[in-house]
Amino acid sequence: MSKWIEDHLPKVVLAPSFIAVLVFVYGFLIWTAWVSLTRSRLLPKYDIEGVIQYKRLFAAPRWDVAMNNLFLFGALFIVISMVLGLLLAILLDQNIRTEGAIRTIYLYPMALSMIVTGTAWKWILNPGLGIEAMVRSWGFENFRFDWLVNPDMAIYTIVLAAIWQSSGFVMALFLAGLRSVDTEIIRAAQVDGIPTWRVYSAIIIPSMAPIFLSAFIVLAHLAIKSFDLVIALTGGGPGFATDLPATYMYAMAFSRGDIGQAASSAMIMMGVVFTIVVPYLYSELRAKND
Amino acid sequence: MTDFSMTPAHSRQQTRWGKIALRWLLYLILGVFAVYYLMPLFVMVTTSLKSLEEIRTGNLVALPRDVTLDAWKTAWSGACTGIQCDGVRPYFWNSVLIAVPAVAISTLLGALNGYVVAHWRFRGANVIFALMLFGCFIPFQVVLLPMARLLGLMGIAGTIPGLIFVHVIYGLGFTTLFFRNYYVTIPAELTKAAKVDGAGFLRIFWSIFLPLSLPIIVVTVIWQFTQIWNDFLFGVSFSQAGTQPITVALNNIVNSTTGVKEYNVDMAAAIIAALPTLLVYVVAGKYFIRGLTAGSVKG
Repeated sequence: MSKWIEDHLPKVVLAPSFIAVLVFVYGFLIWTAWVSLTRSRLLPKYDIEGVIQYKRLFAAPRWDVAMNNLFLFGALFIVISMVLGLLLAILLDQNIRTEGAIRTIYLYPMALSMIVTGTAWKWILNPGLGIEAMVRSWGFENFRFDWLVNPDMAIYTIVLAAIWQSSGFVMALFLAGLRSVDTEIIRAAQVDGIPTWRVYSAIIIPSMAPIFLSAFIVLAHLAIKSFDLVIALTGGGPGFATDLPATYMYAMAFSRGDIGQAASSAMIMMGVVFTIVVPYLYSELRAKND
Repeated sequence: MTDFSMTPAHSRQQTRWGKIALRWLLYLILGVFAVYYLMPLFVMVTTSLKSLEEIRTGNLVALPRDVTLDAWKTAWSGACTGIQCDGVRPYFWNSVLIAVPAVAISTLLGALNGYVVAHWRFRGANVIFALMLFGCFIPFQVVLLPMARLLGLMGIAGTIPGLIFVHVIYGLGFTTLFFRNYYVTIPAELTKAAKVDGAGFLRIFWSIFLPLSLPIIVVTVIWQFTQIWNDFLFGVSFSQAGTQPITVALNNIVNSTTGVKEYNVDMAAAIIAALPTLLVYVVAGKYFIRGLTAGSVKG
């Protein structure tokens, strides 16, 4: 008996976690997928009725806004964070004397909760007492910066705050990448008289392709999961102007009592994550096994 | 002839000045961005030290004329989250009560799992690891509804043990990944030699792996603590009045619609909510960054 335990101990140790993941990730995923195919409202029902919830979802104007916001927010957030992160990493890689301190300053927002970030930016951006009032008090009486309460512009405040929070992290990723580029090649290029910008654009940046991919995956993942920031900064408003799939799902699940809609919207989010993450994980695991 | 000797010297001087100018420009740009990242923190701190009167009449970025800690006192023990007016203090302790056990349990399990996956490979271990890894990436929205029902069935809905349970479950993927990636760098010969000497599974873990694990334990603890302390989604979905973590309480204070809007109290409460993770970042920034990049950079 004790021999059996000793032989199987590794499996016994791993089993509880594995079972937990099977049940609470994959089992729950199947539960949600199942319920998304039913007529569940306040309570879950288990009779499959087909894609009725998805039809309702795609017919709902609020969901339409949420998906459009996700793509607009996601695209701007990812592109600007990457460009900014790369720029700052390159600038910081020029033998800056105070690099450590600057890096600390650029990266600290990543330690904050999105709720804290949202609270801070909500105060800064509020038209009555924030930046708008400040610039007006400097004598620019007609200055307007009311994005937070303007339904057409409110989504950009989410972009602004999200970039503030995450671009330092992208910078750290790229900086680590720059440090791992073979210095011999760079020195050889410099000896050959190749201008610095060419060294970057032709040698260094292309060699960091895997880091671009990693940064993209992390940022896309952050964008899809964005929930706290919207809740704290705009509450999804004005109206539903800054709704994202995550806030839509939450509203359906916990305030509207529409479990069917909550489940189907969660499944769409799952689908978006799946299409981005699975090819990445697949290539990662394959590369590691080779 | 003179032209020939002049031109290089002249241009050399020009490039020297150009280099100095570039250097200044570089520091200027870096400084501008430092201001951009610091500005919200600066505004939070100064606003929290002002009186409401000064906030209304003054300027967003102005330093406080009369420094007062009243807002901090109110935020800590008097601010209203809906009907209750106890400040963030009880919720701060809720967050501590949630985070400490959840971090400890998920880190311990992650260490054991990582040890198995990296050094006790058996058939299917790869598949198990891949399934656990993918579990890190699911949007938690797909588990919210069934988890809410399950916590109800288990009788721990809206309780702190319920939240600990949720955080442990959904932290396992990452903690396992961290330890696995660290342990694969430990040579397999070490395990083999220990086995030859008669050491078993737990003995090898306890006497060989654990003593080598301090760096990765620090990284994992920091990562998990930051994740759990800053969590809002699970907190708002699975808590009830009295068991909310501080992020939920902060959001309730800021978005409560009753009474006068006290921006200074909001900012003080936000800083209190941010302090533990900021402190961790300042004290152990190196490990914090390593955790952030561990999940996303190969190696």
